[in-house]
Amino acid sequence: MLHDMSFALPQLLRGLGVTLEIGAIVVTAGSLAGFVVGLSLLYGGFAVRLAARLYVDTIRGLPVLVLIFVIYFALPAFGLRFSAFQAGITALSIFATAHIAEIVRGGIDSIPRAQMDAAKAVGLTFWQRLHLVILPQAVRRMVPSWVNVAVEIVKGSALLSLLGIIDLLLAMQNVVGVTFSPLPFYGLTAFLYFAVNFTISRIGGLMERRFAYLKY
Amino acid sequence: MGAYHFNWFLAWQSFPRFYWGLALGLELAALSLLIGSVIGMAGAFGRSFGPTWLRLAVMSYVEFIRNVPLLLLIYFAFYGLPKIGITMFDNVWSFVVALSVYSGAYLTEVFRAGVNSVPVGYTEAAKAVGLMPWQRVRLIILPVTFRIILPSLSNTFISLFKDTALASAVAVPELTYAAEWLNVNTFRTIEAWTFAAVMYLFAGYGIAFILRRIERRYAVIR
Repeated sequence: MLHDMSFALPQLLRGLGVTLEIGAIVVTAGSLAGFVVGLSLLYGGFAVRLAARLYVDTIRGLPVLVLIFVIYFALPAFGLRFSAFQAGITALSIFATAHIAEIVRGGIDSIPRAQMDAAKAVGLTFWQRLHLVILPQAVRRMVPSWVNVAVEIVKGSALLSLLGIIDLLLAMQNVVGVTFSPLPFYGLTAFLYFAVNFTISRIGGLMERRFAYLKY
Repeated sequence: MGAYHFNWFLAWQSFPRFYWGLALGLELAALSLLIGSVIGMAGAFGRSFGPTWLRLAVMSYVEFIRNVPLLLLIYFAFYGLPKIGITMFDNVWSFVVALSVYSGAYLTEVFRAGVNSVPVGYTEAAKAVGLMPWQRVRLIILPVTFRIILPSLSNTFISLFKDTALASAVAVPELTYAAEWLNVNTFRTIEAWTFAAVMYLFAGYGIAFILRRIERRYAVIR
């Protein structure tokens, strides 16, 4: 058992590193792109709004796994060559973008219209209104859902193991395949995922308190 | 690009495979929603009214499952359970077990929110007319809870339906598996995945449309 552990632990930790890397890249890319798409949903012209809505609703209506397979299998048929890692990152980022766009839209939409009117009345430009008035209020409302998406991304990254990317889940399967002792390693892997996601939730909770109107 | 020749006929020929895959996905989602609701209801009552140890147990179950990838649970149910002597589940049923345990955690939260949002006055009124605890639950709390959580239940059903795509990882012949099958056997990659994606979208939004109408029918305030 101890021998198994000394063999398995480095592999699992390397897998954990890959999972964290995927999570970090996808959350960053998804947040940036999602922000842009979210703003397009609200303030774009008709064509932009329609395109953004179509994008968000299509992606949110598909299982992530299908999206991953579409990117991985179907795009190369159009002559686009991806490595498995690039395909996986791209698919998850497309998924994250759609979800974060909807969060951004919801957060901004939840700010009373009068705030925008008041900001117009004092003569702020569009970007000033957004940057100085709307976003400071909206962002704190986005934090809880944003944290949920981050957790979903870390969980979703496990699906990339189906493309042969050696993340935590595939590392676990490799280890189980060699040691033939599934239970300790399933447990350890589950614990590692839990630890990562629980930490993210906790950090989210801290951020919520940090950005709250009322401090207790 | 030039090398790819579209052949929609092959994809169309295997339409029954896709169709039955879709039907199986819906069945799996419905079954998991049903079992998950039983777990969720028990969990919600345990969490709200149970002794401390039970509350702690339910809380750890919910937190643990919600922070672990579904695919891990599926693998555990399919590869892990037989190793500890539970060999009665084939791939389809082990998937149902995994998805039910997974949805049970989410539904515990849903039911808890529902049970807690039943106004205290209802329970008091039920006590005042002399209903027993079990009668209060069955006649007052559950019907009201059900109406309150109906939108969350239908959202859960749709996301469970999308989660059934993961069943393809343990070779359950649902929609994603049909697309994989077509892809591997005919190399009609784009057709296969377009078919699957369009069917998921139609099914998902179709169900959402129907469920919204049912919700409106049972809404607390019309």
